[in-house]
Amino acid sequence: MKKSSLIGIVVIAIAIAVIISTSSSASSYVTFEEAYSMSETGNTGSIHVVGELKKNSAGQIVGVQPSADRLSVEFVLVDENNKEQTVFLNSPMPSDLLNSEKVVVIGGYKNDRFMADKVLLKCPSKYEETTL
Amino acid sequence: METQTINLGIGNAGHIFVIISFVASILATFAYGKAALNNEIGKDSWVSFGRKIFIAHGVAVIAAAVTLFLIIYNHNFEYHYAWSHSSVNLAVHYMIACFWEGQEGSFLIWTLWNALLGFVLIGTNKKWEAPVMTVFALVQVFLTSMILGIVIGDFKLGSSPFILLRDVLSDARFLINPNFVPEDGTGLNPLLQNYWMVIHPPMTFLGFALTLVPFSFCIAGLWRKDFTDWIRPALPWTIFGGVILGTAIIMGGYWAYETLNFGGYWNWDPVENAVYVPWLILIASMHTMIVFKKSETALKTSIVLVISTFLLILYATFLTRSGILGNASVHSFTDLGLSGQLLVYLFVFVIGAIVLAAVRWKHIPTSEKEASTYSREFWIFIGALTLCLMAFQVIVPTSFPVFNKIVEAFGGLSTLAPPADQIQFYSQWQLWFAIAIAILSGTGQFFFWQKMDKAKLKSALALPVIISLILSALIFTSAKIYDPVYIVILVAGIYSIVSNSKIFLSLIKSRSYKLTGGSVAHIGIAMMLIGIMFSEGYSRVLSKNLTRRISNDLTEEQNNNMVILFLNDPKPVAGYQLLYKSEGLSARGIPGYIKKSLLAETNDPHYKVAIQPIIQEGIKYAALGDTLYFRTPENTYHEVEYTHLTSGKQFTLYPRTQKNENMGQTIVSPDIKKQWNRDIYTYVALSNDFEDEFTQWSEKEIVKVDSIGQRFFINDYVAIYDGFERIPSVTFADLSPKDVAVRADITVFAEGGNNYKLQPLYVIQNGFLRRPTLMNQEIASRIIFESINPEDGSVEFSIQTAQKDYIIIQSLEKPQINILWIGTVVMIIGFIIATRRRYVEFAKMRDKGFA
Repeated sequence: MKKSSLIGIVVIAIAIAVIISTSSSASSYVTFEEAYSMSETGNTGSIHVVGELKKNSAGQIVGVQPSADRLSVEFVLVDENNKEQTVFLNSPMPSDLLNSEKVVVIGGYKNDRFMADKVLLKCPSKYEETTL
Repeated sequence: METQTINLGIGNAGHIFVIISFVASILATFAYGKAALNNEIGKDSWVSFGRKIFIAHGVAVIAAAVTLFLIIYNHNFEYHYAWSHSSVNLAVHYMIACFWEGQEGSFLIWTLWNALLGFVLIGTNKKWEAPVMTVFALVQVFLTSMILGIVIGDFKLGSSPFILLRDVLSDARFLINPNFVPEDGTGLNPLLQNYWMVIHPPMTFLGFALTLVPFSFCIAGLWRKDFTDWIRPALPWTIFGGVILGTAIIMGGYWAYETLNFGGYWNWDPVENAVYVPWLILIASMHTMIVFKKSETALKTSIVLVISTFLLILYATFLTRSGILGNASVHSFTDLGLSGQLLVYLFVFVIGAIVLAAVRWKHIPTSEKEASTYSREFWIFIGALTLCLMAFQVIVPTSFPVFNKIVEAFGGLSTLAPPADQIQFYSQWQLWFAIAIAILSGTGQFFFWQKMDKAKLKSALALPVIISLILSALIFTSAKIYDPVYIVILVAGIYSIVSNSKIFLSLIKSRSYKLTGGSVAHIGIAMMLIGIMFSEGYSRVLSKNLTRRISNDLTEEQNNNMVILFLNDPKPVAGYQLLYKSEGLSARGIPGYIKKSLLAETNDPHYKVAIQPIIQEGIKYAALGDTLYFRTPENTYHEVEYTHLTSGKQFTLYPRTQKNENMGQTIVSPDIKKQWNRDIYTYVALSNDFEDEFTQWSEKEIVKVDSIGQRFFINDYVAIYDGFERIPSVTFADLSPKDVAVRADITVFAEGGNNYKLQPLYVIQNGFLRRPTLMNQEIASRIIFESINPEDGSVEFSIQTAQKDYIIIQSLEKPQINILWIGTVVMIIGFIIATRRRYVEFAKMRDKGFA
């Protein structure tokens, strides 16, 4: 067997491994219901759920409650199916949580609570100014 | 309203310069193309016409760039670019950064670099001028078209940086007065107000521009069927491009390290990846070109890699500028509607280069013999292959948004999101590739400098291997590294340093200083690898909070990475006593930071009034009532003093929070204490805001005071009443002569010898009573001047108190990060030595009549 064919086989094997590992770790967004059943089946890792903070009829955000020592925060997130879920985030409340349009929580269920390791906030960017 | 005039001339001039440069680049492409077809050199008619036109094009590009800078520098806010990227309060050196904050300006700087490189090539290489400059001019056609800003019906060609504000925004004020000019711009994003952002972008675009040089030579060689001679003139440019682009990438990483707060310098963000991938391929192409120069092999590989490097730069440009990354990246540009144009640019070169290479493929000479395992060609080729695999591993997930779009275009649905933990995902792969690179760069060097066989190899490698194993063992026992993966990295890195040092020393001994570039650069790369391993792999949270148990659902790790520091209340953390002392702002002409509580607001956030004399480091900088100027009032600096528990040594860090209007959020930046063996990296995860809805205020307590000098308590602090006086004006209202404004004076004595002045107001305006609430952060109290009793001159204040002011910080230790930065500098030096060597080789051959 020629060396070049051997190298070729190794390269192709690595490339296939790269593609497989990529597709297996690619995440996509789920609802809280799916997240719950995923957690039931032992997946407690990084599940992505996207939603909006709960608002009352007057359009004010409700259900955001920092802990007494401010080192953690709980808030209520409404997913795309309008399911409400209290989310516990074990870090100080992100300063821009209250003016974010969309919130992505990454984490998993533990004892019926959604424990977020991380939140990503999509804020209305004023990057493109359109008014004086 | 005053009649304003707008300066139409300067924008028109800029626009005309862009049009001239666009037309000239088309003409230059045509003229140089003709010259290349006729194989013209030097003074022939087409080639000298092309040269004149290209120089005209370059001059027009320079003029356009100067014009744009003048518009920014002179605050011509009638222009959209100046208005949206600059402001009156911006420091001059950041006006340079404004130039490339927007897409149009960054296209312009790229175009400018290409033009200047074109001038250099015209001056240094007559033999290849015609075909190389044809490719150059064609690239310039596309780049200048990006900033043309010509609209024909619904068709938009480019986005002009010289467009007037009134043509972009529909605002009623323009209807009333078309010559309306805003007084101030919206400013440069404060995150980018950093010296690295002055030099990192132009450096990046110089790197981009440099990839065009080998690409043009390669295309020229294929075009002329001169398949081998293009390598010599192209090689120094390839190496130079490698060092410039590599340095630019690391500069960007350093900016992120000291400005953002993800706790590191590299986040595997799509925008970072988009530039990292072409850089890897560029480095691979550089190695195969060197192999070819030595032994006439790897020519086809070199051609493929050189072309790929340039095409990947175009692909990166498309990714970052088309808006396709949208949600995937934190810092891609927003879509300017140029994605169609970018795609055309990309596809013209992809198709053109591939077709040309395919047509010529059969004619490209190859060496028939299979490379032996004991040949340098074989080992360098494996190294280049490893670099390509590294690039492949990064580009596949980075391109998810593109796959999704393609699937959607065919009517499917694909929602591939990037890996949740991208750092872990990319690192686990890249790490093993990096180990391979370190081993190969250590071993390959031996093959490079001498003929090898089995016996020789054993004797050459024995010493470096033994030395590296001993050194590594010493390091991992003393540094307590037990993770097998990290041990492998360490051994591989040390091995690369030792064996390259051996080569370096033998070259120095034989006085071949010029040839040391490769070994020095490899030592630098290996140092970087070790520095990354230590600083990332052993990054440690110092701010472990051992007192807190909030939930049994949390692991130990999750429970305690931050500590809360109350104002003036020291807390032991990781061998230090941490003390949060103040919140301050940076004022012009005054060193250090001025406590917020010493300042009263005015109507303009850039100006504040001193309500006590400002004394810094024993020198008085401002008297009571002086107005101070703050260039960046959005930045608050939190003074945190570290005192070492055993040695008593002290240092102070000032982590920053920034109310960033551009991003619509508060941005947190760390402050970093550099020590010889580590960085202490501290940022404020949360600073208390007494104005927020979560602050719990006590019930109002009414305090009645009837004589000057009377003492009372505010939130357990002693306070003295100093009387009240009538004042002529207040900031929140215009007072008529009939109105009354009264200000009380209270001094509060707090910890550490600090005393604060409280001056609540009591105002009667148009018969209405106004009693603004005065909030003082340091004593966590609100005070209202409730009433004045004219009978006996007594006054009443109402006081509310809250939990003391606090910040929540995270403090990280980055061990041995200096090895990474030193390694970077060593790598740069090696690259520069190599660039010089290859350029001298080329110049010698050129002067002999070859080029």
